[in-house]
Amino acid sequence: MSIFNLATAALMLTAAAARAEGPGLGQPLETAEIPFYATYVKPDGTGLPEGSGTAADGEALYAAKCASCHGATGSEGPVMPPVGPNDIWAKPAGSYWPYATTLFDYIRRAMPLEAPKSLSDDETYALAAYILERNGVIDAETAMTAETLPQVKMPNHGNFLDVWARQGAKPW
Amino acid sequence: MTRSGNDSAALEYAAGGGLLSRRMLLASAAAGTAAGLLQPRGARAEADIPEWTKAAGARARGYGTPAAAEASVQRAIIEPWQDVAPAFSLSGTPHHRLRGTITPNGLHYEVHHGGRPDIDPARHRLMIHGLVERPLQFDLEALERYPMATAIHFLECAGNSLFNAVMPEPMQAGCDMLHGLVSNTEWSGIPVKVLMEEAGVQPEGKWVVAAGADGPSLARSVPMEKIMQDGMLALYQNGERIRPEQGYPMRLLLPGFEGNMNIKWLTSLWVTEAPVHTKDESGEYTEILADGSSLQFTFAMGVKSFITHPSATMTMSGPGFYEISGLAWSGAGKVAKVEVSADGGASWAEAALAAPVLPQALTRFSLPWHWDGSPLVLMSRATDETGAVQPARADWKARYHASSFLHYNAIQPWQITAEGAVQNVYL
Repeated sequence: MSIFNLATAALMLTAAAARAEGPGLGQPLETAEIPFYATYVKPDGTGLPEGSGTAADGEALYAAKCASCHGATGSEGPVMPPVGPNDIWAKPAGSYWPYATTLFDYIRRAMPLEAPKSLSDDETYALAAYILERNGVIDAETAMTAETLPQVKMPNHGNFLDVWARQGAKPW
Repeated sequence: MTRSGNDSAALEYAAGGGLLSRRMLLASAAAGTAAGLLQPRGARAEADIPEWTKAAGARARGYGTPAAAEASVQRAIIEPWQDVAPAFSLSGTPHHRLRGTITPNGLHYEVHHGGRPDIDPARHRLMIHGLVERPLQFDLEALERYPMATAIHFLECAGNSLFNAVMPEPMQAGCDMLHGLVSNTEWSGIPVKVLMEEAGVQPEGKWVVAAGADGPSLARSVPMEKIMQDGMLALYQNGERIRPEQGYPMRLLLPGFEGNMNIKWLTSLWVTEAPVHTKDESGEYTEILADGSSLQFTFAMGVKSFITHPSATMTMSGPGFYEISGLAWSGAGKVAKVEVSADGGASWAEAALAAPVLPQALTRFSLPWHWDGSPLVLMSRATDETGAVQPARADWKARYHASSFLHYNAIQPWQITAEGAVQNVYL
């Protein structure tokens, strides 16, 4: 690690000189030109849009748009991993992931598999709420919003060891 | 595999099970040449001259393809959910049908979480934004004008060899299915640090969230330290433009790091102060340990090897001389040595490594072997330059939860039966 830090520091010191390595052909990028999927919702909720949805709202949406892969209750598939409690996959999204914000971002950018980025923000909040409710993390009436979603305490949070922080690029 | 009728009495043994001294490679090659010279001449009649030797060959073609007789050399495709979700697939490199170390472009392994997008290169762009002084975007035409670097590196899916990790009984399949999610390529492209320095990374920018232009916009948080050390924006793969399966028109290459982080179809590098806990680093690419806790941000692949010749699904062509050959690599650097055992681990002999031995690259090892026809177990054990050694399967399993299968790097034993069948076994 220390040698890498030294190398990085050396690179920073010579940054001005190093810029000469490239022809400098990058074009200015305006904020309005950056699509949402070029960022990610952070654990503190930064990046969450306006909107809201409850598990009750999400139930019908889930049946229409998600159940064909993830199963009627979220536990039976056929497509793995299941999003609900189950005995097949030890890492269900609604209980294993350390932050609930990841649910919103991933559903919004990637689901459904055949039509990613087709869900509205309200629909995405509702589906995140439904999955959390299926896993017993929230109740059916609590709306998920930019304020409430980052406050959801995930049950497996705190059960992760950060290997990079502990030993850098040394394989575990 | 080659075989000759060497007199076993003259062989120089290096370990049990018929493993020969590495010097025997040269000796047997010389013997082979001598034997060739002694073959009687004139045994073939004129009528035996094959037709291709008596005719003009085919016309030139713009892009060559493998010989027709090699058409069966294909990736092994696994679509776990078949037609329900065909966009999720694994395709393993058929290492048991290949030699050398460079993986042909059409046989590089693939893992797709959302299928292979069809990208118009004229409309593709790379954005660098977030904690930078100058948010920038680059099109392919601009990137082509940057100085390029070239390096040979393996890519390995964190889930490579997953069947050995989780199947209660060893699956009988070839190296394509068992260990095919690793490949090796000469990559050419732009050091990402050149682009980062053009954008001007702010002091608090310690991580980079890389995202692809595929349907799921797969994203991973990457330490800035790695990006600046040896991260590459790869545009070329073994000299030609990166294949669509590998991220056309551009991918991120992070030498030694798990395949999933080497974002294909790269469109965005977002500089942040901390990792953002994307879906793949929250569940799919974390590892549950035996005590129920989990590892997160496990980036580099461990030291690993397996014997490709002979390997499971092959059949030995009788007792005699063979060359044992296989592949070794480490995400931590160079392979330091590979030992081979032909008696189930009771004794080991050091294999020869084919030069050049490069860091974070597949390394070919070999050792001559005289098989006397009796049943035995072959295996290889790699050590990298940091001193890390491949574990036995039982030792690997003891560290992880029973369901864990990522970063599996245990020793691969192959059972040779008296009938000459080569089978996957656990030891």
